[in-house]
Amino acid sequence: MIKITINGKPVEVEKGTTIYQAAKKVNINIPVLCYMELEDMGVKHNPGGCRVCVVEVEGAANLMPSCVTKCWDGMVVKTSSPRVLNARKTVVELILSDHPFDCLVCAKNGTCDLQKMAQDLGIREIHYQGEQSTYREDTSPAIIREMDKCINCRRCETMCNDVQTVGALSGINRGFEAVVAPAFEQNLEHSPCTYCGQCVAVCPTGALTEVDHSNHVLRALADPKKKVVVQTAPAVRAALGEEFGMEAGSLVTGKMVSALRELGFDYVFDTDFAADLTIMEEGTELLNRLNKHLSGDKEVKLPILTSCCPGWVSFFEHHFPEMTDIPSTARSPQQMFGSIAKNYFAETIATEREDLVVVSIMPCVAKKYERSREEFSVNGDSDVNYSITTRELAHLIKQSNMDFHSLEDKNFDSPLGESTGAGVIFGTTGGVIEAATRSAYEMHTGKHLDKVDFEELRGMEGIREASVDFDGQEIKIGIAHGLGNARKLLEDIKAGKSDFHAIEIMACPGGCIGGGGQPLHHGNSEILKKRQKAIYQEDAGKKIRKSHENPFIQNLYKDYLGEPGGEKSHELLHTKYFDRKKRWIKK
Amino acid sequence: MSSVKVEIHQEDVDKIQEIAKSYNNDPEALINALHATQDHFGYLPAEIQEIVAEEMNVSSAKVYGVVTFYSYFTMTPKGRYPISICTGTACYVRGAETVLDEFKRQLELEVGETSENGKYSINCLRCVGACGLAPVVMVGDKTYGRVSPDGVKDIIAEYEDAE
Amino acid sequence: MVKHKMHLLVCGGTGCYASANGDLAKALNEALEISGLQDEVQVVTTGCFGFCEKGPIVKVLPDNTFYVEVQPDDAEKIIQEHVIKGRKVDKLLYTDPDKKEKIADSAHMDFYKKQIRIALRNCGVINPEDIDEYISRDGYQALGKVLGELGPQKTIDTIKDSGLRGRGGGGFPAGLKWQFAKNNESDEKYVVCNADEGDPGAFMDRSILEGDPHTVIEAMTINGYAIGANTGLVYIRAEYPLAIRRLKFAINQAREYGLLGENIMDSGFDFDIQLRYGAGAFVCGEETALIHSMEGERGEPTVKPPYPAESGFRGKPTNVNNVESYANIPVIINQGADWFAKIGNKNSTGTKVFALAGKVNNVGLIEVPMGTTLREVIFEIGGGIKDGKKFKAVQTGGPSGGCLTDKHLDTPIDFDNLVKVGSMMGSGGMIVMDEDDCMVSVAKFYLDFTVEESCGKCTPCRVGNKRLYEILDKITQGKGEPEDLDKLRNLGTVIKETSLCGLGQTAPNPVISTMENFWEEYEQHVTDKKCAAGSCKNLMQYHIIEENCVGCTACARKCPVNCISGEKKQVHKIDQDLCIKCGNCMDVCKFNAVEII
Repeated sequence: MIKITINGKPVEVEKGTTIYQAAKKVNINIPVLCYMELEDMGVKHNPGGCRVCVVEVEGAANLMPSCVTKCWDGMVVKTSSPRVLNARKTVVELILSDHPFDCLVCAKNGTCDLQKMAQDLGIREIHYQGEQSTYREDTSPAIIREMDKCINCRRCETMCNDVQTVGALSGINRGFEAVVAPAFEQNLEHSPCTYCGQCVAVCPTGALTEVDHSNHVLRALADPKKKVVVQTAPAVRAALGEEFGMEAGSLVTGKMVSALRELGFDYVFDTDFAADLTIMEEGTELLNRLNKHLSGDKEVKLPILTSCCPGWVSFFEHHFPEMTDIPSTARSPQQMFGSIAKNYFAETIATEREDLVVVSIMPCVAKKYERSREEFSVNGDSDVNYSITTRELAHLIKQSNMDFHSLEDKNFDSPLGESTGAGVIFGTTGGVIEAATRSAYEMHTGKHLDKVDFEELRGMEGIREASVDFDGQEIKIGIAHGLGNARKLLEDIKAGKSDFHAIEIMACPGGCIGGGGQPLHHGNSEILKKRQKAIYQEDAGKKIRKSHENPFIQNLYKDYLGEPGGEKSHELLHTKYFDRKKRWIKK
Repeated sequence: MSSVKVEIHQEDVDKIQEIAKSYNNDPEALINALHATQDHFGYLPAEIQEIVAEEMNVSSAKVYGVVTFYSYFTMTPKGRYPISICTGTACYVRGAETVLDEFKRQLELEVGETSENGKYSINCLRCVGACGLAPVVMVGDKTYGRVSPDGVKDIIAEYEDAE
Repeated sequence: MVKHKMHLLVCGGTGCYASANGDLAKALNEALEISGLQDEVQVVTTGCFGFCEKGPIVKVLPDNTFYVEVQPDDAEKIIQEHVIKGRKVDKLLYTDPDKKEKIADSAHMDFYKKQIRIALRNCGVINPEDIDEYISRDGYQALGKVLGELGPQKTIDTIKDSGLRGRGGGGFPAGLKWQFAKNNESDEKYVVCNADEGDPGAFMDRSILEGDPHTVIEAMTINGYAIGANTGLVYIRAEYPLAIRRLKFAINQAREYGLLGENIMDSGFDFDIQLRYGAGAFVCGEETALIHSMEGERGEPTVKPPYPAESGFRGKPTNVNNVESYANIPVIINQGADWFAKIGNKNSTGTKVFALAGKVNNVGLIEVPMGTTLREVIFEIGGGIKDGKKFKAVQTGGPSGGCLTDKHLDTPIDFDNLVKVGSMMGSGGMIVMDEDDCMVSVAKFYLDFTVEESCGKCTPCRVGNKRLYEILDKITQGKGEPEDLDKLRNLGTVIKETSLCGLGQTAPNPVISTMENFWEEYEQHVTDKKCAAGSCKNLMQYHIIEENCVGCTACARKCPVNCISGEKKQVHKIDQDLCIKCGNCMDVCKFNAVEII
């Protein structure tokens, strides 16, 4: 153990502890801007670039960055001496001197780390004025880049390259012109960006934000000719409360339904319903391939990979186009819902497809892109018309003068609002494969599964593996969250080194609970763990916890779809993948 | 961002593949590979960088990040007679700035630009190690020492009749 | 160098090469052949002699005759007179500017008298492309001694005892650095030679690489053996094609001689050297940035610790030294630590190479013992200020250093003294300035450089230096306000204290040191809107002297913005609001009727 003194307080820390971490132990919060505290998610980002966290260390000539400087025995630190405060203020003033002053109309107003920093430091004047950087705004189907608001913290670059290994972004230029951008400063649309939104999730300012579709939603709600249907993804209910000051991990399903009704949606449905449907289709595909494999078919592709996550789908289309035959062809729950809503449900309520507007509330930025994919539309009308994030929903609720806290708990509408616990856990890493296992076990063995909680599939490790006993047949399951981890499993498959039967992949660290559209976690992994806990809590509270036991799903097959994996299911619930790798000369 | 749109031929791809292979397609050797590529093509347009990225197993964004970091790499072709003015300190105190201004004025070019006919381009370079001759100007490989603003037109005149 | 009676050493440095109208060595060879002397006299193209001011230079051995400003046309005369008849060619000899006497050989030139050449010992002496010439001057003897006699720890002890400090900038003790790298256990280690000379106005590393590449190879091999590394990397500027060529050539020669490769000198030690090219980024002189660049990344520095000795290239223990530091190593091993430690000062031992340039008579590359005063360098070796002007300042340490004035002239030059007076050693650039140089503009020049070369990673350097530059620019434009001077001070201090790497931490030095030493000049710019040196265009006014003006209209015709009015044969007048200060009127006036005030 190392003994140090911070602002006169003695602290004992382990070797390797940074000044920032040591200070936290004695409740001294040194402000940070570029640093991300996501170490236990396997994310390391302490470039020491912003210099806001500098402190005075006795004996050192210069101030030292506390986020990256490790403690040594006998170190004496001052975190708020006049010298430190002057330097810190000057540094923040310098950042502000190259930052537009449109805070009041900025998408990040109120949630911006830089704004908070300026407020906390009491900055009232910027002494150093000069040239400001200007960049062209870049709008893609899901993400907007306004790089004149970039402060060069480089968090997005770390997420895109080190965590997600997508490689859409890089630091470019140098000096005052340095900024983060896609290759050749082209738009994101022309890059291998998967729209996973992790860059957006960690951006401390308004430089990276989601494309805001909430106004379109309001317009549809105001249109008397339209019937507006909304679906809410499982992870939304575990995080929405945070936008209203609630503790992370507060489950607000009932209040959310209530709020959506008050906003004027005609039908408030649940994506969890479609998640159950996904299990039917994906589970059937898994069992088909598995049975073929077990009966000696060498042609069949295993492992089967889940395909619910649009970020992940884009990822393999860009980076592993030669492997597009491995993932399940099942559409994601959002798209299954859209398809069922626009076909089956529109028919049920005798409404023309064009007059039914489907809105999705997603923890995700990539869902905006997914809904815009051509294969998910009929005659130019998308199955899902608008996709908005958890954050956008919170804005809508705030705009509508609702007191979220005092809203009554209400239930989803029927039939597309009825779901099982299996549907709920889609929101977290490990959840999709656990839901699939619950159903596949019973379908494969014909036996009743007593214990539905597969603890071995749960957790926060980036890559997990587990074996499940299907009545004597060992099924090997892999789980990866974060695209960097997914890449590792894919490389193994490519190299023929993988013996998994099924793999679940989610693009975002933590799964959808850590999605790019969720309330900002400001680089705090504790928040993700609490959201995960809430998801499992909701599952445990459900009466039915296996997708195939959902009576509304059973009816849907009986009345409309026929068999899982059947012809109609294929038409409405499955999809195909494309090779999106850029090539200069077609070979 | 490069405004040049370059058509890529198979032999260009072959050449880059050959360069990349000579560096074992190792991402670590990216900068050496970019040097070799620029030596061959004269500059590094976006299309060429894409292929280098592919062959060196790194993202295009990263290649672009590297190319824009180092002043030696250029995305625009230099003139057939690239004029480089040394702006090292020794040349500066002996009046390199006025020489540079004179070149800019006479050729109507800014630093980093290439004339429309592709003949001249102006660049600044750091110390060439010929401080005894300050201020120093290079046109291609030829070095001119003790250049004064008045001497600029004589230097340009040497190349006026050339292709 | 055995069978020839006489050698003609032709400087192959860039300066001399560029000032010759053609190929001097070829001309000499042709002249020799005409006289049939090609077997008796050998022409050797060497590295830089240092006396760039008077290039191209030819030195005759064995009599040390030093010919200056030699052109190919002079070749025949040298052969006919000197080689055949034994008479020195008078017109090519150097003339002492004070005594106005011709000087017959280099030993008697003031330029060389105070110099001790250790790092540059072979530059201008041997053919850099001939390993045998290097070996004949004790080359690779030190390597033999280290491998056969000293062993790793004693080698490091020798370097420690010699007191050698890194010549690249910071002046960290080299032996200590080696020790750290040795102490860190690892399956792989690396030694790196920093040859990315980036200081605008320093070219000693280039001269050593071009003039004596084997010294670097030998030293790196010694370094590798001492710390337990088998791979050496030279990070060299791509803008130095000749140095690259010579180095590659030398590496191949060393391999052929078994001085690189496996089992060197039967010691069981393997070592080889690869080249990595820099691509024009000054910040890559910082060792962590350099390492990232060698790994194919953007050359952005990372926070230290960890130091490269612990985690460097590929995350392995790595020792980085620059070219000049390495060039000292073989001599220290051969002559012993005590011999080296006796040269120079107590805490700064040995010599230092400086690139002396600017407004000084003898521009060139010099090597002097530490502790030599600035006065000796500028006025004795450098021959004083050009054109009889007045000395104003000397800038050392390049963009990281400061400007010193006449009150510092008697300061003995060493690492610590320069820091004490607000500058630093840096890599050894030394730029002399005279009364015509405006110190605000000089500070702005350096800031322009640092802004251009900042990697952009940390806020104070990326934005802060830009703001510093903008304030200086405002002042030179005549728009400065008194509070700008306070801003320069505070901002400069914060940038120094908070920047991530050495580049940012030293970038404000040119501003802070000029404010310290030339405060009045800043005040004058801000308060009186005057630039005494006459270099800030916007602070100048062109005026027509009524008594001298004859009304010839030449100025009015030449004025590009038509701001000069006046009838023929009448006194003309310049409209100051419209004037762009191009100076055409002054150039064209034959009657000295235009003045600057």
